[in-house]
Amino acid sequence: MSDATANMTIYLKVWRQASAAAEGKFVDYKVDHVSPDMSFLEMFDVLNDQLVKKGEAPIAFDHDCREGICGMCSMMINGKAHGGEKGTTTCQLHMRKFKSGDAIVVEPWRAKAFPLVKDLVVDRSAFDKIIQAGGYTTAQTGNAPDANANLIPKTVADEAMDAAACIGCGACVASCPNGSAMLFMGAKISQLALLPQGQPEAPRRALNMVKSHDELLFGNCTNHAECEATCPKEIGLEHIARMNREYTKATFTYHEKVRGGDGA
Amino acid sequence: MSSAVSRYFTSSIGRKQLIALTGLGLCGFLVAHLLGNFTLFIGSDAFNIYAHKLMSLGPLVYIAEAGLAAMFALHLGLAIKMTIENKTARGQKYYMKTRTGRGETLMSATMPYTGLILFVFLILHILQFKFGPVYNTEVDGVFMRDLYRTVVEYFQSPLNTAWYVIAMAAAAMHTAHGFQSAFQTFGFNHGTWTPKLKILGIAYAVFVAGGFAAVSIFLHVKGA
Ligand code: FES
Repeated sequence: MSDATANMTIYLKVWRQASAAAEGKFVDYKVDHVSPDMSFLEMFDVLNDQLVKKGEAPIAFDHDCREGICGMCSMMINGKAHGGEKGTTTCQLHMRKFKSGDAIVVEPWRAKAFPLVKDLVVDRSAFDKIIQAGGYTTAQTGNAPDANANLIPKTVADEAMDAAACIGCGACVASCPNGSAMLFMGAKISQLALLPQGQPEAPRRALNMVKSHDELLFGNCTNHAECEATCPKEIGLEHIARMNREYTKATFTYHEKVRGGDGA
Repeated sequence: MSSAVSRYFTSSIGRKQLIALTGLGLCGFLVAHLLGNFTLFIGSDAFNIYAHKLMSLGPLVYIAEAGLAAMFALHLGLAIKMTIENKTARGQKYYMKTRTGRGETLMSATMPYTGLILFVFLILHILQFKFGPVYNTEVDGVFMRDLYRTVVEYFQSPLNTAWYVIAMAAAAMHTAHGFQSAFQTFGFNHGTWTPKLKILGIAYAVFVAGGFAAVSIFLHVKGA
């Protein structure tokens, strides 16, 4: 740490909680020798190094790719998911966005459906349950279909791709005043509903995913748009609207008739 | 109840579409109510004749009242349930939660509170006018209730007028978010039309709440 540019001092107030059952509290830390070129997570690495050297338990936080594509780095920074910079994950947030001497509050995602595991780590497997309820297509095995067999207009493909940019980080839930997962779910329903491969199962998908979302005790969207504002992939409310359409359409048109059987 | 019906009415999206639908219905009612109130600008006879004609519609009045009451009860009941569920969905509260400035607004954040103000206002409003002091009058040989006098007397009090204007400010905030929000809830979101709808929602809020408030201030200033 002899880097001359590593001259920032940051005052952190971090949520520490040993386990889900343990009592949690904020702990203040002073981090010296922070370089403006560090990412927010690298600043935590520096702090954790210091803690380990002092014989203290390092702060547990989720991270993986550190390049904004895996969606693991969940941190509420000064009251904003991922720090609130437009289209930025915590791992892509740089310390140059702060000033030396800044005090920064760091909390885990808070949502009933995301139980806390340790410190800043929460369990986001509720998202997996929503996907399991219908966020997939039933694909044929066998030869790969001809690339041009399904004609998809470029604009539609682009829009599906916008939705598919969702990395499932949970910032939408964390920043939503209602703890709703509807931006996540809207993105997952949209990316498939827009494309011919996803359309055969679209009605059942919408009905089952929304049911799963509600059962997992996520809140209900009231169109604040905080999710859209903090989504690191800038996924928009139009995908929630599409989900609302898909759900309404499925409610009034989809009917699963049981045929055959043993004469019951 | 068939499973599709019960599923819709118990689902998050189904319930909020009902909130949106009843909300838009109530928005429509407010416009009709306001247009009627504009006769207060003309004078006592115009308003009394209007009110008398309206009440002489007989059973239609009861049907309309029942419909409005049902819409209101559904809107309120579902919104309270949703608000409670949404508060519990957070679990432990944030120590620090800051708006990005690109999403949540004062209007959207205060929907439950402005809604509650409107609920209290509505109850008092019905008690103060419909079930308020009854006077009688004669216009062109026809006997009718002098509702104009009830209304004008009410607005002589600066306190009553102030409360009325405050309630209308709450109505403006509530509908400014609610009107455009309802369309998104039904799944209508369009690059060109949605921004225009938002402006229309604000214009609606200003026109309706401003209209009611203007009538109340007019009557206060004009005097009995
Ligand atoms: S660590 Fe993968 S997105 Fe931040």
